[in-house]
This record gives sequence, structure tokens and C-alpha cells, in this order.
Amino acid sequence: MTLTATQLLALMPLILVCATAIGVMLAIAWRRHHTGIATFTAVGLNLALLALIGVWFMAPLTTPLLAIDGLALFSAALILIAALACTTLAHAYLVHYDGPREEFYLLLLCATAGGLVLSASTHLATLFFGLELVSMPLYGMLAYIYRERRSLEAGIKYLVLSAAATAFLLFGMALLFAETGHLDFAGLTSALGDDIGVWGLAGAAMMIIGLGFKLSVVPFHMWTPDVYEGGPGPAATFLATASKVAVFTVLLRLVMASPAFQASALHEVLAVLAVLTMLVGNLLALTQSNLKRLLGYSSIAHFGYLLTALVIGDGLSVEATGVYLVTYMLTTLGAFGVVTLISSPYGGSDAAALHHYRGLFWRRPYLTAVLTITMLSMAGIPFTAGFIGKFYIVALGVEAGRWWLVGAVIAGSAIGLFYYLRVMVTLYLAEAGMQRRDAPEDWAVQAGGLMVLVVAVLVIVLGIYPAPMIDGVRLVSAMMVG
Amino acid sequence: MTLLWLILIPFIGGLLCWQAERFGPMPPRWIALGTMLIELLITLGLWFQGEYHLANAGTASEAVRWSMEWRMPWIPRFGIDVHLALDGLSLVLIALTGFLGMLAVLCSWNEIVKRVGFFHLNLLWILGGVVGVFLSIDLFLFFFFWEMMLVPMYFLIALWGHSGSEGRTRIRAATKFFIYTQASGLLMLVSILGLVFVHHANTGEYSFDYATLMQTSLSESTAMWLMLGFFVAFAVKLPVVPVHGWLPDAHAQAPTAGSVDLAGILLKTAAYGMLRFALPLFPEASQAFAPVAMTLGVIGIFYGAILACGQQDMKRLIAYTSIAHMGFVLIGIYAGTELALQGVVVMMVAHAFSAAGLFILSGQLYERLSTRDMRQMGGLWGRLGSLPGFSLCFVAASLGMPGTANFLGEFLILFGSFPVAPGFVAVASFGFVLAAVYSLLLMQRVYFGPAQGEGVFADLDRREYLMMLSLVGLVLLFGLYPQPLLDTTGAAMGEVQRLFGVVSQSTTLLLTGAP
Repeated sequence: MTLTATQLLALMPLILVCATAIGVMLAIAWRRHHTGIATFTAVGLNLALLALIGVWFMAPLTTPLLAIDGLALFSAALILIAALACTTLAHAYLVHYDGPREEFYLLLLCATAGGLVLSASTHLATLFFGLELVSMPLYGMLAYIYRERRSLEAGIKYLVLSAAATAFLLFGMALLFAETGHLDFAGLTSALGDDIGVWGLAGAAMMIIGLGFKLSVVPFHMWTPDVYEGGPGPAATFLATASKVAVFTVLLRLVMASPAFQASALHEVLAVLAVLTMLVGNLLALTQSNLKRLLGYSSIAHFGYLLTALVIGDGLSVEATGVYLVTYMLTTLGAFGVVTLISSPYGGSDAAALHHYRGLFWRRPYLTAVLTITMLSMAGIPFTAGFIGKFYIVALGVEAGRWWLVGAVIAGSAIGLFYYLRVMVTLYLAEAGMQRRDAPEDWAVQAGGLMVLVVAVLVIVLGIYPAPMIDGVRLVSAMMVG
Repeated sequence: MTLLWLILIPFIGGLLCWQAERFGPMPPRWIALGTMLIELLITLGLWFQGEYHLANAGTASEAVRWSMEWRMPWIPRFGIDVHLALDGLSLVLIALTGFLGMLAVLCSWNEIVKRVGFFHLNLLWILGGVVGVFLSIDLFLFFFFWEMMLVPMYFLIALWGHSGSEGRTRIRAATKFFIYTQASGLLMLVSILGLVFVHHANTGEYSFDYATLMQTSLSESTAMWLMLGFFVAFAVKLPVVPVHGWLPDAHAQAPTAGSVDLAGILLKTAAYGMLRFALPLFPEASQAFAPVAMTLGVIGIFYGAILACGQQDMKRLIAYTSIAHMGFVLIGIYAGTELALQGVVVMMVAHAFSAAGLFILSGQLYERLSTRDMRQMGGLWGRLGSLPGFSLCFVAASLGMPGTANFLGEFLILFGSFPVAPGFVAVASFGFVLAAVYSLLLMQRVYFGPAQGEGVFADLDRREYLMMLSLVGLVLLFGLYPQPLLDTTGAAMGEVQRLFGVVSQSTTLLLTGAP
């Protein structure tokens, strides 16, 4: 089967990202120049974003392995934006790093390309390929500051556990293939029919385990805080935003498309996992005194909330997922962005202990405002985008009458408040006169600083006037390939 | 548009205060004072212009009537509008907000010396949120403001509060306050959404509009559950006894301005929510629930009063008396006769004045003695200038002395509730005895008895004197001539009573016959 010109055009964003990656690689071989490479990366990502707009008018469109539909474009936009944000952060972070700096962008671009493939995949082969293409560069990114023991530990931990999860995923795929003889989602759907059989069920369950690991759904969440804590700021940011968005998109696609994942037994399991994820994530976050670990646990909880959308799986759920992913991504970018900026430029392990942030408001009022806004948004307080996301999740649960899930969301939010508030109030307490890490004086005029400011403004604007975001997400969800 | 400005003015004023701090500590104070003055003047202007004692409730057969209304689409996806409306009840409460806002600024004039600009930002944003609560009649918007006003209150307590002996308690108190109110607020969100989706199932349209949702037909059990969601949220804020745990801590640790706002206005948002939303939206369910609510009210009266007697911290004592007073309010609301509802309004206003007065006084005592522990006071009469005299006035008001507005409120509530629930009224009346006990205990412990030390403390300065005098004046004014207040809220309360569906017989004539 050959690709037509239209299909090639539709894949333009992906091609552009890959081309940028190759360009970066060649440029590094020719001459090392940190700012130049970072700029080149940013330009490439921006071009890909622009190309997305063009592709919007061609969609929906399917190639044998990839579907360029609303969902794919939507998550591609999120992934590209997250990658751009990480580029700006990485530039601020690595500027005084004494090892090789430029390769980070190469890894970042590869992972971005993987995310694009993953979120557009309609075939188990591309799913696997995309997932590995996201994960492999991430090992490198997490262990990038390899002289820090924690960074190395994070990379290796992620590598080992991720490999185990991949084994589950592959086994699941094999079982599904054995049962049906198909690897594409549509073929799987039709071959499985209504009664999916034991092997089909086992296959689907194993795939959920594999994907659930990447999303750090509760029994598979152990790696998250360690990896978030150890990995350098920009890498952790990418892991928390782009990679999770991509994996969640593909999971949504699987669950929506295939009856294997709609089976009632599996459904109940998903519901239980969702409740567990919310509660455990929030409860474990309570005692953390390290902001990055805390954010790790809080991201576990957020994906618990998101799982509700999967469990319910009809009505508002695609829309709710879309809105929640947007708000989650913006909020997380803001929070990790601030942590990264405070730890920039690189000089030993990241400043993530809560006491580093004590009294930050009186030194860096605007940076603190950003962190406060993101904390409020994570807690789902009105006037922030997070509230709209939480509103959608609760609305979804109420509409479907899943009171247990609604109850868990409420309990989770109440617990969550406790640690978000703790972080917030720390920022405003009187300074304790201890040793401090601080953002450089001119943080606000650097790309990374601008990025977090823009994110904070967006969080507020979308919180007060969410209509454009909702309309956008509805457009996207109307344009899905079945 | 005026309504939108009423909400925006405090928010804008708050931002100005924050930025004005770079010119020193005084500009934020004056800006905050000016902002609240403008707010109050606009409200009073509306009051003089508008016609609030509209026709009697009986003639209002069409949908709810508002004196002013403003609406703009906001989130069309769910039929959410920015829908603001004003009637007599909201007008009175907004005027109260403006007035107590000024007092809150004035009483922190000397108390707050650190981060003055940021303090006033938070103070004004609370007030802006409260005004938003009083004006919104879109349920989403209402919830929006309801939750939003918690954040600045949290900062107010956590950053400028008084630490107890164990160091970090003000942060604990603030967190407790936040979690209590936020979690219960989420229950209300679930209820709101439940109502909206029932409406959606009936008509195929999303709407968060008050008037539209009022038409929704609900099955009995659904209505009960949804009503409970609203009730819990309001009960936490009021507070009703089993869920009152945050209140004494929050009051004890909050700065004076925070206590004034908390007791004076924030508690009133809960009563307002019951009057505006819980009762009219679910009349049958509320009617069925009334005995439980009234029982809780009676328990609150006695619990608050008895615990007040045992407190050593002056502000905790006043906080517990608030619980007792709000017990009366709860009884009045769920009695649902027009007379009782009118009494609730008078009681809310009166309690706002008397509690604010007492909190400000305890703040002033603290500035002079550096303690709020009553064991270290005593024998202060005659050593503090005119401060003890004012205390006596507010304590008398608090115990419901005839001639003060508090007496009128309690009297109307009990009188109005008697035809509906004579048993509850009979029991609740004994609350007056306890009120006298804790009030006199307060006076006795602080001002009389053996003196703990020698020397005379500073008398009230002009600012403090003015605050106290205006509060005493208002307490007496509404105690002796409450008719303007009753006229203003008469129509709104009549509406609530009509929706609540209690036919109160002869008692209506007493009030609405006058104009």
C-alpha cells in the first residue's frame, strides 16, 4: 500500500519534528552551540504546530497505521506545546551545565515524535512503536545529569520498570492477536464482536497494565515520585505532560473503539482502579516535603480523576477528557516550570524541598503568583482552569449516576486541598534565613520565564472565560474516526 | 451594569491596594477604606432610588421579581450566564458588607503592620466574593463566588492570624476552615449538577438559571438528596452544630478584621443561601426536613451557649455565642412563616453588628493588654476609658436586651415560629437564660473582679471611638425603629414564604399592613 500525497501532507507535523531531530543531530556533529540548537528546536516545533493548523482542514483522514482525526490533532497540539515549553525550560536549566548540553534537545524531539505517533495510532504496531519512541529518549533525558546519583537512579528505575510494563503490553497484544488475527483497532473491534472470550479479556487487561504503568495508575505507580524527584526539571516536565497526554489519548482511543475494553468485568476493574488512584495518590502526597515528589503524587491523583472519563465512556466523556487534559497540562507546565526555573541554571540537584520555597513571595512575587495559581488550579478552585476541569469530571459522574466515583472525586479533592494549601502558605511565610536557591534575576525576560507567565495567565483566563476552550474541544471531539 | 460594578469595585480596589504598598503603608489603607465607602454609597443610592417594598407576596404570581437584573452569556455550552439580580434581601446584605468592610479596614489600621498592601488585597477580595454570592442567581456563578471567597480568607487567617501557644496553629486553623468549607461546597456542586441534569433529562436543555431550575419537577427522594447537598454546604458555613468545628479555631486565630468579616458577613452567606436557594428550589423536601433542621438549631443554641460559658479565650467565647445565635436563625428559616423570616433578616443584621462590635473590642483589648486570655484580665473597669462602657452595650445587645436589634430579631423569630413549631420555640426560649449567663460571665471576668495589675491603659482614640459609636447607633436604631429594614426585605421574604408554601395566617398582617 502506498501513501498518497494527501496522506503525506497530513503527516507533515510528524515529519517536521523528525526532520528537526535529524537537523539537530547533524548540527551537533558540525558544531556545538547551545542557544543555536535550542532555537532551532523551538523553530522546528513551531513549524510543526503551524502545520497542524493546515492539517486541520484536511482531517479526518486515515492511513493504514495512523489516524489523523480530531483527537490526534488535539493531543498533537498539546504535545507540541508541552515540548516547546520544555525546550524553553531546558535552555534556562542547562545554560551553565558543564557536560554536553545539546543532545537533550535531540532526545526531546525524538520523544515528541513518539508522542505524535502514539496519539495518532490505530494499529497495535504503531501503538507499540510510538510508546517505545516516547520512553526510550526519556530514559536518557531523566538520566541526563548523570553525575547526580538521583538523576541516574531515576533514569535506570524508569528504564527497568518501563521494560517490565512493556513486556506486559506486548504479551497482551500477542494474546489479542492470537484470539483475533488482527492488529489494527478496527479489525480487533469487528473480530472480537460482543463476546470477547477469556484470551481477549486477558489480552485487554494486560494492555491496560502496560499503559496504566505509564500513566502511573495506582498499583503501578511506585516509580512516579522517585523519577519525578530525581530527573532534571525539564525532563520531569516532559514526562508529566507530553508523555502522559499521549498515553492517555491512546488509551482513550482503545477504550472507545474496542469492545474488549468495554467488557463489564474490565469496566468494573477500571472503576476500582480510578477510585484507588485518586485516593492513594492524594493520601500519599500528604506527607511529602519535596515539591517534585508532591507533584508526582498529585499527578497520580489527577489521572485517577481522568480515569472516571474512561470508565463512564459515553455522553460527555471525550469532551471532559479534552478539557481536563488541557487544564492539567497547563497547570503542570506552570508548576514544574517554576520548580525548574528556581533550580536554574543547573547547579547540583534541583531545589525541590519545600523549605527552599519558604518566603519566596517576598523575593519573587510574580514567580510565586504563578506557583500559587497553579496550586489553586490543581486544587480546582474557581477562577482557575482547574476548576473547569473538575467541574467536568463531577458533571460527568453525576450525569452517569456513578455516585461512588463522584464521592471519591470529592474525597480526593478534599484531601488534596490539604497539601496544596501547605505548599501555598509556605510560599508566603516569613523567610527563615536559610540557604536558598533562587531563579536568576532576569528570569522573567528569558523564554522559560515568559512561558510560565503565559501559562499562568492562560490558567486564569480559561478559568474565567472557558467558553473558547470548551468550543474547541467540542469541535475536536466531533471529528473522531470511529 | 451597576450590579457588575458592585462586584468589580472591591476586586479592582484590592489590586490597587496591593500596588499602592510601594508608596508606604498608608495608601493601601485609605484606598481600601475608600473602596468600601464607594460600595456602601452605591448600595445606599440604589436603596433610595429603588422600590423594594413591592406588592405583597400574594400578588406575585409570575416568576421571581427582581428590582434590578443584569445578564450576559458566559458558558453557552451548559447554558451558564453571568446573571446578577438584586432584591431587598441582597441589597440589605450588600449594604452590610460595605459597612462591615469599612469597619474591617478601620480596625486593622494599627493592628496590621506587615505586608499591608497584600493584606488589603485579600480583605477586599473576600468582600468582592461575598458581594458576588449575594448577587448571583445563576447557580454556577453562585458556586464560583462561594468557593472563591475562601482563598483570600485562608490567607488572611494563615498569614496575619495570631498564633496560639503551639506555634503553627493559625495555619492549622486556616486549613481546617478551608477544607471544611471547600469539601462541603463540593457536595453543593454535586447537588447543583444533579438538579441541572434532572432538568436536562426533562427538557433536553442545560440551564443553571435560578428561575428555570425552580420549575424542575423532581421525584421526592431525588429532591431530598439534592436538598441535603445544599443544606450541608450551608450548614457548615452557618455553622450548624455537628459541623461547626472550624469556627472557634478560625475565629480565635484570625486577625480582628478576619473575625469581623467571618462573623459579620461570611456566616450570613450561609443563611442567605438557605433563604435564596435551599428553600425555594426544594420546598417540599425542605418542609419535610424542617423538624430535623429545627432540632439542629435548638441543639446549636444550647451547645453554643454552654460551651461559651467555659471558654477562657475571649474570641473563642464570642465565636461560640455566634453558634448559639445562628441556631435561632436556623429555626426561623425553617419555620418559614413571614414573621419568622423577617426576624431572621433582623437577626442577621443585628448579629453582624453586635458580633463585629465584640470582636473589634477584643481586638482593641488585645492591642492594649497583648492577651485575649480572660484569666489574665479582670478589674479593668475604669482603667480603659470608655471601652468597658461600649463592651456593656454590645454584651447587652448580644444577650437580646429589649431596645437592641438583637432582641427584635430573636423575638420575631420565636413569635413567628410559634404557630408552626410551638415545642421548639418553648425549648429555644430557654436559650435566653444561657445567653444572659455567658454575657454576664464575659463582663464579670474581663472588667470586674480582682484586678491583675495596676495602671491605666490608653483610652479609645478617635478612630476607635467612631467605629464603636456608629455600631452602637445602628444596633439601637434598628432596635427601636426597624421598619425601614422590614419594608426593604418584606417583598423578598414574602416570596420565600410563598415558595416555601407555609400559609401563615394572621401574622402576615402585622408587618405588611403598614405601607
